[in-house]
Amino acid sequence: MNDKNNPAQSPDTGHVWDGNLRELTNQPPRWWMITLYLSGIFMVVYFILYPSIPLVNDSTEGVLGWTQMKRMQESVEKIQAIRAPYENKIKDLSAAAILADQDLSTYTVRSAKVLFGDRCSPCHGGGGAGNPGYPVLADDNWLYGGSIETIQQSISNGRAGMMPAFGAMMNEQQLSDLAQHVLAMAKGEEHAPGKELFTSMGCGGCHGAQGEGMQMMGAPNLTDAIWRFVPANEESVKYTIAHGVNASGVEQTRQARMPSFQDQLSETDIKKLAVYVYKLGGGQ
Amino acid sequence: MNEQTKPVDLQALEDLYHEADYWHVNTGDQTIHAKRMAGRYRTIKWFSAMVWLAFFLGPYLRWGDRQAIVFDIPGRQFHIFDITILPQDVWMLALVLLFFALLLAAVTSLAGRVYCGYFCFQTVWTDVFTWIEEKLEGAPNKRVKLDQAPWTLYKARIKITKHVLFILIGLLTGISFTLWFADAYELWGDYLTLQAPAMAWGTVAVFTFFTYLFAGFMREQVCFWLCPYARIQGVMVDRETILPTYDFARGEPRGKLKKGEEQNLGDCIDCKQCVAVCPTGIDIRRGQQEGCITCALCLDACDAVMDKVNRPRGLIRYASLAEIEGEPSHPLLKRPRVLVYVGIMLAAIGGIVYGLTTLASLELKVLHERQPLYVMQSDGSVQNKYELKILNKTEHDMQVTLKVSGHDALHVSGVEEPLAVPAGRVSAYTIFVRIPGEQLTAERIPLTIKVIDTDNAEFSAEYNSMFFGPAQ
Repeated sequence: MNDKNNPAQSPDTGHVWDGNLRELTNQPPRWWMITLYLSGIFMVVYFILYPSIPLVNDSTEGVLGWTQMKRMQESVEKIQAIRAPYENKIKDLSAAAILADQDLSTYTVRSAKVLFGDRCSPCHGGGGAGNPGYPVLADDNWLYGGSIETIQQSISNGRAGMMPAFGAMMNEQQLSDLAQHVLAMAKGEEHAPGKELFTSMGCGGCHGAQGEGMQMMGAPNLTDAIWRFVPANEESVKYTIAHGVNASGVEQTRQARMPSFQDQLSETDIKKLAVYVYKLGGGQ
Repeated sequence: MNEQTKPVDLQALEDLYHEADYWHVNTGDQTIHAKRMAGRYRTIKWFSAMVWLAFFLGPYLRWGDRQAIVFDIPGRQFHIFDITILPQDVWMLALVLLFFALLLAAVTSLAGRVYCGYFCFQTVWTDVFTWIEEKLEGAPNKRVKLDQAPWTLYKARIKITKHVLFILIGLLTGISFTLWFADAYELWGDYLTLQAPAMAWGTVAVFTFFTYLFAGFMREQVCFWLCPYARIQGVMVDRETILPTYDFARGEPRGKLKKGEEQNLGDCIDCKQCVAVCPTGIDIRRGQQEGCITCALCLDACDAVMDKVNRPRGLIRYASLAEIEGEPSHPLLKRPRVLVYVGIMLAAIGGIVYGLTTLASLELKVLHERQPLYVMQSDGSVQNKYELKILNKTEHDMQVTLKVSGHDALHVSGVEEPLAVPAGRVSAYTIFVRIPGEQLTAERIPLTIKVIDTDNAEFSAEYNSMFFGPAQ
C-alpha cells in the first residue's frame, strides 16, 4: 500500500502552496511513458524516411525520396492503367464502332465529360443545353446532320454557314411579309405575300423549295419548331434576313462560326467528343 | 474582492492525504496473480465466456454453396444466412450499433458492468491466459516465486512454453477474425500455403500482437487506463444498481477470528480472500471503485470462507447501495432510465426488423438530367433525359422491362428492352422520354418509372420522378 502514490511519503519538488499543498514528483503510468518514448522513436524514423526538416528554399529529402508530386503521378498512372484497355480500343476504332459497343460508349460518355466541359460547354452550355446564338446539341435538330460521322466532321473541321444579307434588296414591307411567312411555316401555315417573296428572292435555293432546309449547306429547316436565332419573333427573323449570317462586308451580320478543333485536340479526343455529343440525346 | 484569504482547514487537508494514502493506484508496477477458486460465479463466467466460441467457429458454417456469414468488403456486400446486405442498407448497421449501445446502458444501470465482468474479450482472454499460467506455473504464490527466481533451464522452459501458447492463441484469434471477411476454408488454405493477401497477414499480425500484449501483459491495466467503456459505464450506475457489494453493516468491525475468544466483531474475518481472487487487484470492502469489473469472483471467495466459519453466505453479494443502507428499492418499471433505455432499444429493433423484412430484391434510382431540364424537339415535342440506376440484390442475373407512366402520350427511347441487370451490381441506363408539346398539361408532370423482372414479376422496383417542360 505504501508505494509511490502515498502522498505523505512521496518525494516532492519542494514547492509548497497554502502552507500544505506539496507538488509531488510521481512518474506518470508506465504505459503512458512507453507511448511517449514510442512517439519519439516514431518521429526520428519519420524524419529519416520522409521530407521533414525545413531548409532555406527546400527541405531535407528523406531516404525514401517521397514527394507529393511523385505520389500524384503514381495515382495518375494507376488511373491510366485502368483506362488503358478502353483507350487502346478506342484509338483503333471509328466513332461509329465505339458507339455500337455498349461498354466502350458508356466509358466514352463517362470519361469525355471533362473534355466536353472544357471545350464545348462554354458556348453550347452544360449538357449541350445551348445558348442564344449557339445551337442546342441535345435536340434532334441538326444543321449539318446528326449522324456520328457528321458530328465528328463538325468538331474536327468547324462549321461556318453563310446567308447573304437581303436588306439592300428589299423594302421594309417586303422584309416584314417574308418574316411573317417564315414564322408561319414553322406552324405549318403560310403568308401569301411572303410566300411569293420566298420564291422570288431565291430563298429555296438554300432552304429548300418548301423551307425544309439543306444539311449539305447547313441551311436550317424553316418548317420545324427549332430556331437557330432566338427569340422566334418577326423582329429577329427580319434582322436575320436583312443582315444575313456571316455575310462578308456586312457589319451587323449575325455571327455563327464553330471553330475547328483538329489542331487543338487529338483524333481520339474528337472521336470521344463526337460520341458524347451523339449520346446527349439527338444522335441520328 | 476580499483580500483576506480564508484560513486553511489543516485538519481537513490531513484527512484528505490520509484518505489518498488509503487508496492504492494500480499503475501496473506489480503483476497481479489472482487466485482461482471454484464457485457459482466462476461457473457462470465459463459459460458466458463460451459466447466467444461463436467468434472462432462461426466462419465455418455454410449456407448453400457459400459461407453462412461473410462480410465481403471488396465485393461490398454482407451475407448473413440468406440475407444479402448491400451498402444501400447499411443504415441498419447504425440501428444495430444503437441497440447494443443502449443494451450496454440498460444492463449497466440494472446490474453494473456485466459486460466487463462476464463477456468482454479483454476479461475472457485474460482469464484463459491466466488459466494457462496457472496450469504451467502453479498457484499465485508459486508464480510470484518463479518470477523472482534466477533464470534456470526449468524456468526458461516454462516461460517459453507459456509465451508460445499465448502467441498461438493470439494467432488463432487474428486468423479467426479474418475468416469473417472471406471464405474461411479458402483463406485457411492461403494461410497454410503462405499465399494469403498482405491485408490478411497485416490484420493477423496486428491482432496477434495486441492479443499477446493486452491479455499476456497489460491485463487489468487495459481496463484501468485504456478502455473508455470502463469509464462510461461507471457513470451509468446509480444507487439502485445491483453490484457485487460488501455488506459493511454486517461485516464491520472486521477482525481476525481467534480461537476460543469471545470477540465483539462483525462477520468479516479479514482473511483477504476477496482481494486474493480479484483479477484487477482491488479490495471490494472499500466499496464501489473504478477497478471493479463486477466479475463477482470475490463473492465465490467470500461465500467459501463463510461456509467454513459457519456464518451465512452473502457478506459480499449482489446488492444495491440503497439495499445495503436499508432504503426501499423501486420496482424495475418505475425507474425512468430503464423505461427510456428499453424504449430506444425497442425502436432500434423495430427499425431493423422493418429493414430486414422490406429488403427489396431490385432497387431503382432515377436521376433526372438537370442540364438541360428539357429539350425542345423539331416536331415541337419536349424531351427529358433520365439516368436509371438499377441495383440487382439477388444472386442471379436479371432481364428487366421498363414501364413509364404518368402521361398518355409519352414516348420512351434510348434503350432496347429488356435491360440486362447482372447480379449484385448497379447497372446504369439512360432513357429519353418525349411528350408532344401540345399535349403538355403542366410545367411539371409526375412520372412513375418501374422496372420488372421478365422471369418473375414479383421482382420489381419503381421510382417517382418528374417530367419538365417549358412554363405554361
